[in-house]
Amino acid sequence: MSATSARPSPAAQPSGSAFILKKALISALVALVLFSLMIGIRTEAGPQGGLIYWTRFGDLAALVGTVFGGSIIVELLRQWWGPVDKDSIVPKPVQSAFSFAGRWLAPALLVFTFLVPVIFYNQRYILDLSILVLTYVMLGWGLNVVVGLAGLLDLGYVAFYAVGAYSYALLATNFGLSFWVCLPLAGILAAFWGVLLGFPVLRLRGDYLAIVTLAFGEIIRLVIINWQSLTGGPNGVSGIPRPTMFGIPLTPGDDGLAAKLGIEFSPTHRLVFLFYLILAMALLTNWVTIRLRRLPIGRAWEALREDEVACRALGINTTTTKLTAFATGAMFGGFAGAFFATRQGFISPESFTFQESALVLAIVVLGGMGSQLGVALAALCMIGGFELFRGLDQYRMLVFGMAMVLLMIWRPRGLVGHRAPTVFLERNQAISSDLVKEGHG
Amino acid sequence: MSGDHILTVDRLMMRFGGIVAVNELSFTAERRKITALIGPNGAGKTTVFNCITGFYRPSGGAIRLVHDDGRMIQLERLNDFRISKQAKVARTFQNIRLFPGMTALENLMVAQHNALMRASGLTVLGLLGLPSWREAEKRAIDLARTWLDRVGLLDRADDAAGNLPYGDQRRLEIARAMCTEPALLCLDEPAAGLNARESGGLNELLLSIRNEQGTSILLIEHDMSVVMEISDHVVVMDYGVKIAEGTPQAVRDDPKVIAAYLGADEEEAIAVMESGT
Amino acid sequence: MDYFAQQLINGLVLGSIYGLIAIGYTMVYGIVGMINFAHGDIFMIGGFIALISFLVLVSLGLTAIPLILLIVLLVSMAITALYGWTIERIAYRPLRHSFRLAPMLSAIGMSFVLTNFSQVSQGARVKPVPPIITGGYTLHEGSQGFAVQLSNIQIMVVLATIVVLALFTWLVSRTRLGRDMRACEQDQTMAALLGVDVDRTISMTFVIGAALAAVAGMMYLLYYGLVDFFMGFVAGIKAFTAAVLGGIGSLPGAMLGGLAIGLIETFWSAYFSVEYKDVAAFSILIVVLIFMPTGLLGRPEVEKV
Ligand SMILES: Nc1ncnc2c1ncn2[C@@H]1O[C@H](COP(=O)(O)OP(=O)(O)OP(=O)(O)O)[C@@H](O)[C@H]1O
Ligand SMILES: [Mg+2]
Repeated sequence: MSATSARPSPAAQPSGSAFILKKALISALVALVLFSLMIGIRTEAGPQGGLIYWTRFGDLAALVGTVFGGSIIVELLRQWWGPVDKDSIVPKPVQSAFSFAGRWLAPALLVFTFLVPVIFYNQRYILDLSILVLTYVMLGWGLNVVVGLAGLLDLGYVAFYAVGAYSYALLATNFGLSFWVCLPLAGILAAFWGVLLGFPVLRLRGDYLAIVTLAFGEIIRLVIINWQSLTGGPNGVSGIPRPTMFGIPLTPGDDGLAAKLGIEFSPTHRLVFLFYLILAMALLTNWVTIRLRRLPIGRAWEALREDEVACRALGINTTTTKLTAFATGAMFGGFAGAFFATRQGFISPESFTFQESALVLAIVVLGGMGSQLGVALAALCMIGGFELFRGLDQYRMLVFGMAMVLLMIWRPRGLVGHRAPTVFLERNQAISSDLVKEGHG
Repeated sequence: MSGDHILTVDRLMMRFGGIVAVNELSFTAERRKITALIGPNGAGKTTVFNCITGFYRPSGGAIRLVHDDGRMIQLERLNDFRISKQAKVARTFQNIRLFPGMTALENLMVAQHNALMRASGLTVLGLLGLPSWREAEKRAIDLARTWLDRVGLLDRADDAAGNLPYGDQRRLEIARAMCTEPALLCLDEPAAGLNARESGGLNELLLSIRNEQGTSILLIEHDMSVVMEISDHVVVMDYGVKIAEGTPQAVRDDPKVIAAYLGADEEEAIAVMESGT
Repeated sequence: MDYFAQQLINGLVLGSIYGLIAIGYTMVYGIVGMINFAHGDIFMIGGFIALISFLVLVSLGLTAIPLILLIVLLVSMAITALYGWTIERIAYRPLRHSFRLAPMLSAIGMSFVLTNFSQVSQGARVKPVPPIITGGYTLHEGSQGFAVQLSNIQIMVVLATIVVLALFTWLVSRTRLGRDMRACEQDQTMAALLGVDVDRTISMTFVIGAALAAVAGMMYLLYYGLVDFFMGFVAGIKAFTAAVLGGIGSLPGAMLGGLAIGLIETFWSAYFSVEYKDVAAFSILIVVLIFMPTGLLGRPEVEKV
């Protein structure tokens, strides 16, 4: 859809308190109708099986009142700010300060990440959370190859994550293979599935590809649920061996690492080990991706995202190029899956739902498609933010969904709004993401 | 007429549903010459290009390409990327198709994809950063630099292609096509939207490509000053059929051509011309 | 044979529900070119509103079932349509001219919001309703004691679908709104220049899509006798699959795709295994798309270069 803007300029918006009041009243009225039945009346299965209900008109009134007040405030803020023009709103010095910060942000973040286990050694919760964030950073970087670089929309990325996790879990529990043998296998198997799916479907364009990948993700999940003899079905696989430090287990026993080093055993050791393991894996993903971008294959991915027809005219085999992007992304997903399995010690299909795919996709898009730093920041924001909402209990997903909507409206192009060139003659200058295309596939 | 023909189009047919966009069209393009394909809007010129470069599969007819070494390739049997890769035919597009979010230099690097893919050992050697790969990459950058220089865009090498002015984009697209080191270069209205000075520069560029690289050029153009000045041979088509061909001079004076452009009957055009002289 | 006929009936009924939801996907896709991921949840909201309004009407002392059903239908269509309108207004309109993935993620976010909204406001437990429309006909008494049944509720679902579709077809092909919608589908800028109110037309698209989803939600409630907050997800992706299978953007395609998915699911459960019915539906989608890259009735994409 290439429609250009056809709406009146924002300058023509009326103002004045009467206008604000009218708008707020309409909002409140809409809210009243929307919430009248859903909030005003609560249903529940009664003790005899029938349905009972009771009213909550107080809640309804409070909510409608909130909408009324809220929309007045929003409207006032909007007028106070004036028409928002994204480019002019940031003055030049601030922009250069940003770019300065941008240059130092990545190294600073990296150093800090390395120090996390030192700083937070005694805070299990923070270590656990960091491991989770890093897992998503890795997943985000993996999907970034497919969506951000090659411009292929993959809504079923979690399938490869699942393949990786189950590959390790089943190989380890059935054949006793060690983590370090299974890790490459998990990646290869995931890539293999990526090729298997990609080969027939990658010539589909746009949203057809999206639905096929989504369907594939669901197929994998449903097969895992139903193939009970192999996967344990909904009960999952438990007793997945923990990783060893190249053969030395991180256990309190005599052959454990602590005993060998002559230090006292602490379960934190394993956590720290897992932390550095996923950090290394994520950094490897990042390194490979950065390397690939500067190789012909990576440039071809980006060219594919920019203009597929032109690629064909230049003799680029678009099918194999897409396939390699798909397989590379899948492989990283598989690695991450194997890590997930060994970290949890237990996996079940519940961890591999569409929500997971959506979350990783949101990380990539929010990061600013194609930007490695952006993806890392977005993973930190999304997963960290999601943890912050933990206190909200049942409202967590509600807030999370709203945050997703607001973030997209705030920064549709993502946090990092530019693309770094892969090669330059004189000046290494970033390209505004307004020029960068998003692909059709 | 068995001259040294690089391209022979033989009774080419292209139908879209009921529309016959190209009808039994035959013509040849000589090696190391500039052949122009002209005709009024909707004559089917771009469609011919799309058939030659594998974007459309012709409904009938044959397209033969003979390389310098005598190797003959039937283009209608190859499809999309293989035409550029194996038959060494490069093209530009009527509505410019650059990679707007990539720099001018990157655009030219992408064009060398197949050569670089080989040099990077299908990525493996490149990933390891082997010296042979670095060497190849340096050579590729040099080739790109040469072409940027020749189209006068060296100082804009690191700018996003989408940020370049229109005329620069047209030239960059030609440079990109040349970076694939083609035997036949197909240009779809390269002078469209250029001012007089720019199109003068374009003439020189195309002549130098013909003379120095020895690349054969097939050119679609509406700008008669370009066509008259640089082409060696002109093919005129209208409603999908060839209505005339010959030297620029001969074609210009052909009443059928004038009629086609004026949209009038042949007799009327002759009458117009005679009354004019 | 009897067994087959029975499955055919069941499949068509299920397919009707999917088709009604699929139309919402396809309409929005046709006009704004985005996958409205929240549409499945709109369907779920429609089911909930039907349930609640039904309860309220019954407890107000109404006894005439046809009257109750009519009011429930209108109320749930109206309120659900307002949901569609609001969502477009809040989550999609600001991103109308933005790049392709932003509105899609906004839609995914909105879908999370709606799912959780109804979980929080109505609780996580399944809400059962006693059968409201009972009875039916035995079409054919089989030899082995198997009878082909056509229940009243099945008749009602199919009839309602036909009536709604007829109305909808009339709306799209005969009214000014329909003409505006088709104009926007072709070229929004041009439509705007010719005096079509694009914003309003897009809003109306969401409103109509949501109203159809509400009909589907109510039918689901009556047919299966339950609703829960999570039913939007599964039904949503099935209906979306149906829309794509039929050729997204094509209205008859959506209905055809819906019926196809309904039939595949039913027959697969009947003859092979219930567990793998969704796998079968999705696999057939993939296979169809491999051979018909734009679905059953979708226009083939011509690439002009
Ligand atoms: N993919 C297609 N599908 C249907 N018709 C097509 C297609 N491509 C071209 N045509 C038709 O073929 C005819 C020739 O078009 P073509 O683009 O080749 O003309 P042209 O000579 O390049 O014109 P111009 O000078 O305007 O570029 C036109 O009538 C056009 O509508
Ligand atoms: Mg043309």
